[in-house]
Amino acid sequence: MFRRQAGRYVATFAVDEVRVLRKVANEVVGLLTDGFDHTDPVVGRLFPAVYPKDAADSAEFRRYTEGDLKTAKIDQAGAILAALPDDAGGEVRLDAEAAEAWLRALNDARLAMGVRLEIKDGTDLGEELDDAVTEDPGSSRVFQLSVYAYLGYLQESLLNALID
Amino acid sequence: MGGMAAPQVAPVETPDTDDVPAADRQWVTIVWDDPVNLMTYVTWVFQKLFGYSRERAEQLMLDVHHKGRAVVSTGARERMEHDASQLHAYGLWATVDRS
Repeated sequence: MFRRQAGRYVATFAVDEVRVLRKVANEVVGLLTDGFDHTDPVVGRLFPAVYPKDAADSAEFRRYTEGDLKTAKIDQAGAILAALPDDAGGEVRLDAEAAEAWLRALNDARLAMGVRLEIKDGTDLGEELDDAVTEDPGSSRVFQLSVYAYLGYLQESLLNALID
Repeated sequence: MGGMAAPQVAPVETPDTDDVPAADRQWVTIVWDDPVNLMTYVTWVFQKLFGYSRERAEQLMLDVHHKGRAVVSTGARERMEHDASQLHAYGLWATVDRS
């Protein structure tokens, strides 16, 4: 996990972790580019209506801000892709700016997965995972829940390294 | 007895809304609770974006968590929309409303 080393934020990833992070970051980019769809609840969560009671004002706000917000989110997912080693395990070293982009991008990925996995207040991840494994250990839900938990752990470790 | 100036008591914390003229204090930015964002992350975002002390940021985060929502900034409408879009960039669920 991440640690602070001479002003950089450093972590060593196994090849499987690199692949998962690359996949997750690419999925976020896909969601924000070709797959962009306002009716997708994930898009609804990443781009919330700023005036929940006023659709016209929300649309107006969206018209002025959505492009920039989308670009920012694509760039921060890109910061993950740019820092990962090519299809191999290895070390990632981030300066403060890249570390913050990673934090925001990891958060976007968790938000997207949280919507898909229907994570609610009080959802016990361990319990969800146990249930999913009991039902079918090879299911996509088992994989998605594991990745979601892993991203949370990674985000927390990077945040702790930044705050320390 | 000579006149004595009232003591100038400095507040322990100075919310930045004190500097906002009353006429511009009609709008608020609200952050809503959501089940995904980490508590430590939300606290960090409040410190980062608004320059709040750790204590104030933590209190706001706890308000969001326990009460479901918290007002995180107050001021002119354009300013609140700016704050909300910044919060969206960090993945927080923010809305703007009249105060």
